[in-house]
Amino acid sequence: MTTSGTARRRAGRGKLDLDPVVVRKARSLARQAGRPIVDLARKHTTVSVERATLRLAGLQGADADGIPWVNRLLDSVVADVGLAHGVAVPVWDALVRGEADDLATLAQKASAGSIRFRIPEGRELTRAEAAARKQVGAGIRQIDARARERQRLVKRYGDPDHKPWIYLIVATGDIYEDIPQAQAAAREGADIIAVIRSTGQSLLDYVPEGATREGFAGTYATQENFRLMRAALDETSKELGRYVRLTNYASGLCMPEIAALAGLERLDMMLNDSMYGILFRDINPVRTFVDQRFSRQVHARAGIIINTGEDNYLTTADAVEAAHTVTVSQLLNEYFAKEAGLEDWQLGLGHAFEINPDLPDSFRLELAHALLARELFPKAPLKWMPPTRHMSGDIFRGYLLDAFFNLVGTLTGQDILLVGMMTEAVVTPWLSDRDLALQNVRYVMNAAGNLGEDFRPAPDGFIAERARQVLAESIELLERILAHEGKQGLLEAIGDGTFGLMKRPADGGKGLVGVAKKAPGYFNPASEILEAK
Amino acid sequence: MATDTAEGKILRPYGDTTGDGMVQVSFTLPMPHSKVAEGAAAQLANKMGIDPALVVHAKAMGPDFTFFVVYGRVNHLVDTSQVTVVERDYPLLSPKEVNLAIRKGLRRRLVVVGGCIGTDAHTVGIDAILNIKGFAGEKGLEYYREVKVVNLGAQVSVPELVARARQEKADAVLVSQVVTQRDAHILNTKEMSAAFRESYPADRRPLLIVGGPRFDESAADDLGVDRVFSRGTTPADVASFLVHRLVHRTPTKAKAS
Repeated sequence: MTTSGTARRRAGRGKLDLDPVVVRKARSLARQAGRPIVDLARKHTTVSVERATLRLAGLQGADADGIPWVNRLLDSVVADVGLAHGVAVPVWDALVRGEADDLATLAQKASAGSIRFRIPEGRELTRAEAAARKQVGAGIRQIDARARERQRLVKRYGDPDHKPWIYLIVATGDIYEDIPQAQAAAREGADIIAVIRSTGQSLLDYVPEGATREGFAGTYATQENFRLMRAALDETSKELGRYVRLTNYASGLCMPEIAALAGLERLDMMLNDSMYGILFRDINPVRTFVDQRFSRQVHARAGIIINTGEDNYLTTADAVEAAHTVTVSQLLNEYFAKEAGLEDWQLGLGHAFEINPDLPDSFRLELAHALLARELFPKAPLKWMPPTRHMSGDIFRGYLLDAFFNLVGTLTGQDILLVGMMTEAVVTPWLSDRDLALQNVRYVMNAAGNLGEDFRPAPDGFIAERARQVLAESIELLERILAHEGKQGLLEAIGDGTFGLMKRPADGGKGLVGVAKKAPGYFNPASEILEAK
Repeated sequence: MATDTAEGKILRPYGDTTGDGMVQVSFTLPMPHSKVAEGAAAQLANKMGIDPALVVHAKAMGPDFTFFVVYGRVNHLVDTSQVTVVERDYPLLSPKEVNLAIRKGLRRRLVVVGGCIGTDAHTVGIDAILNIKGFAGEKGLEYYREVKVVNLGAQVSVPELVARARQEKADAVLVSQVVTQRDAHILNTKEMSAAFRESYPADRRPLLIVGGPRFDESAADDLGVDRVFSRGTTPADVASFLVHRLVHRTPTKAKAS
């Protein structure tokens, strides 16, 4: 009895036998680092959060110059009464006063300058709030309906019969070219289709409108493009008898709005990282954290799986030296995600196969890192990303690297596998590249089968030691973040370059003008409903 | 330069025996897999100069496409004396080499100020070169430890750009222009270079670099800038050029002292 009890306990500690005390400590440090950021996010709002609220209330479309009506309306409100009270009270006050019959008309009139917005008091305030709550609430109910619809379709068509799920990227710039490519990719075996965005969309402070046919190295994320692609994949899901998931990007300056559009159009996964925009796009840290929290609340409600962007740390720094920055980022992403209401099954925490293949034992190191992520986050659908940095024009060597990447993915029980292309860094994937890449994945998955069952790294061997070392270094980094003097250690750490090589001060970066401290009496019906959950 | 080995050498591809001329190619034909398809692949290989052509692999990819691998003997010869290559007029350096060159040569960080001028809101180009995210698998200039990057973003006015360049003591100014309506990119660039010439003594002016997909790379003098970069430029191209001109001080303009 005693032996089997011990065995069970050891099994509960997983293959790496991580010390639960150490794991708890890592989580608790991440919580301490994250909490002041959440407080900060609660105290501020942004133009994009307010525009997302208008989108949830059903305001769509753009003016003749292509500027969305949500931008025009919000700009008018801000010009009259500022951002600090939120957009809802002044807008629905104007509607209740009878300035216009609906939001679209109000937006048109406001941008023509014929409406004065104000912050009402007393009964007028109560009435404006009630009207806003009703209309925004309808939008959130629509998101709920879309989430139920997904559940129904997954039940009808079924999930893939294998793990990891196979994730393929399409990106032509033209939504009408993307659609047949995405459908073909699904027929060839993709379980998840990701449509890469046009370069530079993350720095646009508005969401483009309508179906788009030109992008740079990707296709614009718009509500109409979302709708068209989801409808096409619904068709393909029916044809194939399995539910094909659709992924896009809720990042950059408009992440709350894009999250809302994703919920309204039943996207299934969204790239959504807590610090990516700050570190890699130089977006203002406060703007990012406020937008992040709101967008994650929407994703939580919409049943969307988020994908975080830890792969980026490894493409800019050495993948062995920086291994612990991945773990720290995963822990922070987990804390911020759960605080925003996301559940374990929605946390597609990322990591990547980016160790220099010329390094001795590089494969063992990769196994150690991948297994560490698996064991630290046993219930999260981890996203495993292929080599990019060490892919050269040598496609034959690249194909071999991708096979080892696939093997780590199967062996360590990753959930989402982004298919690596041997022509990475050469061309955008050809039809044959994609076919060969999928053959590679299928061969490895089929040949390795449940090899994971037999795979137990020696308790004090190289892999277990390495995993423990990375975890220890993660704890050190978190402690270094918390050692910053001010109350917002993480913000200061980002400011002085503790994270990666980039110094991102809290008062710098793009999008700072779109941030406001909430005034007393700030009201946002969307936040109210999302937080109440 | 009268010599020998490299010049005038006639070669055939090498499989496992000198002169065997063996090559291997792979391609896709948009047709279902069949005997005819394999014949078509052999025909294409023949037309490429591969004869005999051995179609060693043919695989259907969905109902409408077939992928082939072909081996065979190619009947073309290459003459190395007839090879012409366009040489870059400065060496391409790795980020490490760039950092080292700056540290040794300048003994301080190299300051780059960048942005999109005029009404152009397309920061795609400048961000691809400056942001750490980079372009085509290469990290942007922010990634270079010895380069200080000040990215002013979109719709920067020329006076603003000049003022910031002075304030930051910029070694180089990078301007990106995507919009070309009514030659806006050319007019904006000329206005910018004129403003820098006015505001700086000739020997103190920062290096002016302009980039965008529609620029002619040979138009630098006409535009009044030091270098024009066109489509496909990567951060390493720009970083290497900066080192070439600012650290190694390779003489360029007559006025440079």
